[in-house]
Amino acid sequence: MISFIIKRLLQSMLVMLTVAFISFGLFRFVGDPVSNMAGQDTSIEDRQELRKSLGLDDPVYIQFFNFTINAAQGKFGQSYMLREPVRELMAKRFPATLELALVSSVIAMLLGVPMGVYTAIRRNTLLSKAFMTISLMGVSLPTFLIGILLILLFGVTLRWLPTFGRGDVVQLGWWSTGLLTASGLKAIIMPAITLGIFQMTLIMRLVRAEMMEILRTDYIKFGRARGLSNRSLYFRHALKNTLIPVITITGLQIGSIIAFALITESVFQWPGMGLLFIQAVGNADVPIMAAYLVLIAFIFVVINLIVDVLYVIVDPRLRASSEGD
Amino acid sequence: MENQEIERGRIADFLHRLNDNDIWWSFWHSPVAVLSAALALFMIFISVFASVIAPFNPFDLASLDLMDSSLPPVWQSGGDPRFLLGTDDQGRDILSTILYGSRISLLVGFVSVIFSLILGVGLGLISGYVGGRTDAIIMRIADVQLSFPAILIALLLDGVARTLLPKDVHSEIAIYVMIFAIAVSGWVQYARTVRSMVMTEKVKEYVQAGQVIGLGQFTIMWRHILPNVIGPVFVIGTLHLALAIIIEATLSFLGVGLPPTTPSLGTLIRIGNEYLFSGEWWITIFPGAALVAIALSVNLFGDWLRDAINPKLL
Repeated sequence: MISFIIKRLLQSMLVMLTVAFISFGLFRFVGDPVSNMAGQDTSIEDRQELRKSLGLDDPVYIQFFNFTINAAQGKFGQSYMLREPVRELMAKRFPATLELALVSSVIAMLLGVPMGVYTAIRRNTLLSKAFMTISLMGVSLPTFLIGILLILLFGVTLRWLPTFGRGDVVQLGWWSTGLLTASGLKAIIMPAITLGIFQMTLIMRLVRAEMMEILRTDYIKFGRARGLSNRSLYFRHALKNTLIPVITITGLQIGSIIAFALITESVFQWPGMGLLFIQAVGNADVPIMAAYLVLIAFIFVVINLIVDVLYVIVDPRLRASSEGD
Repeated sequence: MENQEIERGRIADFLHRLNDNDIWWSFWHSPVAVLSAALALFMIFISVFASVIAPFNPFDLASLDLMDSSLPPVWQSGGDPRFLLGTDDQGRDILSTILYGSRISLLVGFVSVIFSLILGVGLGLISGYVGGRTDAIIMRIADVQLSFPAILIALLLDGVARTLLPKDVHSEIAIYVMIFAIAVSGWVQYARTVRSMVMTEKVKEYVQAGQVIGLGQFTIMWRHILPNVIGPVFVIGTLHLALAIIIEATLSFLGVGLPPTTPSLGTLIRIGNEYLFSGEWWITIFPGAALVAIALSVNLFGDWLRDAINPKLL
């Protein structure tokens, strides 16, 4: 058990080191950091000074070491484009992205699970077929197109909802939240739905498949023979067992939701990290790209690690096999 | 004379076998498969022959007239019968830009899928057949890459290219950058599937027989194992085609893909998006509909193909 966790930890650290190495390569070798930071009228002496202060004259492995140490503390230097420390830029944008990701996940769960259960139990009804068609559309409609359609319908034609931005935000310490104001709540509806539709289809299909699998098992048949009501069978016995994989997959998805959020953020001009990253890619703003990459990788690795470890704790069979090798 | 006879016999035999095939049978008995294949072929056909079918050449600046700009589709009041789906702000015929745009979208999709497939299948074959350290390294890279969404990787590669190249050079070769980025972001699934199948194949007798008679590793991999593992690859390829087209459209929509000089469907949607608020919905919605038609038909066809070939590994 302990050896398994240590092994996974080492693996995760290897992944993070690889990502740090790629980010470092981006920063050091893609373009010249000095000419990106210095203005046109910077003198040669000042450039030399800047070069030295950035440590660009050190051997590459020392530079990489320093980069990794700094990255671990969240220091990625200054943005070329905005001339502000990357760390503060990211910290300012992080709450917007996380709120969007969480609200969309909640919407996806609240809609996806009931739809999945329904399509599994009443497989051939018209409503089931409608749900399945919607789920296929969810896979084939690109996220940005869903956003545009929503804007056209609710923003331009009906004028019910704001089409861009986050509305008014309230500061809670360093965290800024839009969930406590009316305009903030109104502003999050469309972006959250746009981001949530893909997850919703995924959850729905997963719940449906798991549910159909479980309804075939002996304990459900036995429950039926015992005279349990359908309601108690479906919701107390079957649904409970389908939720474990659903929660796992949703957990694993959080990383990709944050990544996918950049599309939604771009459509709705949502002031999150993704929008910052897109602008950085367009302007070749390497420090922001590097920081975003490391942060996303970190979130992915931590979530994967937690899920793996939880699995081993919950499922004794995995424990035996992981100790075997 | 006799040769022709034999040739004809072979073709007849081939057609007969094709007709007898399970897949063929299930294809004709699945309305979804037939319809989606028809729609996909239709979209491919009109984009391949865009220059013949399109009523205008949207890149011929001389034919553009600003008097024709921002006209609505024919069935709305103010529509012009020359422009079936209306025009954009520069007076370009939307139908024609969609035809040319679909061509670019499909081209990027197909070429990047082919590159991804070659890369993934090649690495998967090597990984599965050679095993050992080579396998460990390739699969470790695959694991790391798989933990990031393909779109993020493509975006990053594009960002790197943007940093390395001067701006005008980049917009000239943007289409190659895009193909490269999408191809590299998608190889893992091919490699994983092929690898696991090769591992079950390579212990079979025919491979041992090949080794005993002294065939080279390359010959065994290429001529003997590959044909046995290629089926599921086509399924992955089909579904990947839809994904590749969507990734390209998304990147172009985000403004980091193809430039307005060679507009794909995504670029067209991006351009049209600016006019959404002034009520000119057709500039965005029609290219969007074309994109959905392509993605949906290819996805449906791929879904059916997966069920028909039934690769358990997927």
